[in-house]
Amino acid sequence: MAVTILIPTALRVFAGVQAEVTVEGDTAGRAIEAFADKFPDIRQHLFDENNALRSFVNVYIGEKNIKTVNGLDTPVRDGDALMLVPAIAGGTGAI
Amino acid sequence: MSVIPRKRLVELSAQEISRYSRHLLLPEVSIEGQKRLKAAKVLIVGVGGLGSPLALYLAAAGVGTIGLVDYDVVEESNLQRQIIHGTKDVGRPKTASARDCIRGLNPNVDVIAHNTNLTSQNALDILHNYDVVVDGTDNYQTRYLVNDACVLLQIPNVYGSIFQFEGQATVFNAENGPCYRCLYPAPPPPGLVPSCAEGGVVGVLPGIVGCIQACETIKLIVGGGAGLSGRLLLFDAWRMKFRELKLEKDPECPICGEHPTIEELIDYEQFCGLRQDEEPVDNITAVDLKKRLDQGDELQLIDVREMHERAVFSFEGAKPIPFGQIAQRTAELNPSVEAVFICKVGKRSAHAIRVLREAGYTGKMLNLQDGTNAWARDVDTSLPQY
Ligand SMILES: [Zn+2]
Repeated sequence: MAVTILIPTALRVFAGVQAEVTVEGDTAGRAIEAFADKFPDIRQHLFDENNALRSFVNVYIGEKNIKTVNGLDTPVRDGDALMLVPAIAGGTGAI
Repeated sequence: MSVIPRKRLVELSAQEISRYSRHLLLPEVSIEGQKRLKAAKVLIVGVGGLGSPLALYLAAAGVGTIGLVDYDVVEESNLQRQIIHGTKDVGRPKTASARDCIRGLNPNVDVIAHNTNLTSQNALDILHNYDVVVDGTDNYQTRYLVNDACVLLQIPNVYGSIFQFEGQATVFNAENGPCYRCLYPAPPPPGLVPSCAEGGVVGVLPGIVGCIQACETIKLIVGGGAGLSGRLLLFDAWRMKFRELKLEKDPECPICGEHPTIEELIDYEQFCGLRQDEEPVDNITAVDLKKRLDQGDELQLIDVREMHERAVFSFEGAKPIPFGQIAQRTAELNPSVEAVFICKVGKRSAHAIRVLREAGYTGKMLNLQDGTNAWARDVDTSLPQY
């Protein structure tokens, strides 16, 4: 099943500076897993040590947060778009 | 529906009636809405990119009392987007500069300058006097502090945040709606997500997002309309696209959920991981690197900056591998030769070293301390610090 991952600016540098990438997967979790396999630098930004989705990243299918459906096990259909919505903060000199 | 109870309404003078006539001509605002605006007390946390348009529009709209919290002074690089401050204000406290600007715009506004950092010690004292809090902060520790204080005090929190070309806006904690922790239970660890200082921000973006926050604030005060509570608005200035996502209250939320575990303000620096020491890396100063290069030591220099930064100036002899590609391109490094990692301020390069270590890279790695900015300051002063 082909699923499009929509990548926000904050994460694009870890995904070959692309705004969207198409991957295969039948659940949200498997699609994001396939995405992280393609771009190893992004993995640590999406998954923690226990392979759970990080608490500063939300994943939306349409206007629904997968947290409110079935988390990473939420099924996806061919042609669905998964939007990554990370926490953002501008202006600090932290990095 | 308005956050201002009827008993607090105050009369408008004849001069105010003519000044705000374009509001009074709107049945949704009318004279009563304008009286509510006059009675309202709004706190703006952060008088920067978001706080600038916010403060200006709220002052122009006739909000009676505007509190400003900020401890920073105006810097020249702020002026690209922080339009409440002018060139003559560089070096002044942001609260003082903003107060002068608001007074020039609308002398009816009572401005309260809180020239301090918001902390767990002073937040409740400062916030409890206000009807609406507007979050224009640029860092996670203050954002969680503002969120928690607003939940504890039951004050609506008008939220906005920005990064490069993208913005988010919503209203938290209004009419029993979700809070920031419902959306993001914890912040990214420091260093994981780049900030505007290295990431940049298009100056007009906080103008647009700040104006959305000002609009939501006015609606909360006047009452009516469809507020953003329960909806997360995403804005992409480069593609000029707005999107709207559903935002639901999390019953498990530690502060606004059914069984809250946070009942008072906590240590937000610790919560955001700022007290944790990051895994140390070996540093080399710009001067020492220069010495080693001059004496002909074999080093592989790795520039982890982005292409557009290398366009400002390229680091002579360095191989470019952008920060976001380090794990993927490990094979391009030679573990038998000492490597020096270079970025703008020495943070991304240190993180690149940690990523490589974790990936099992065995070669010796050094971090150029304070990055190309140190090189430009201490070694080659013909180069710019940026
Ligand atoms: Zn909550």
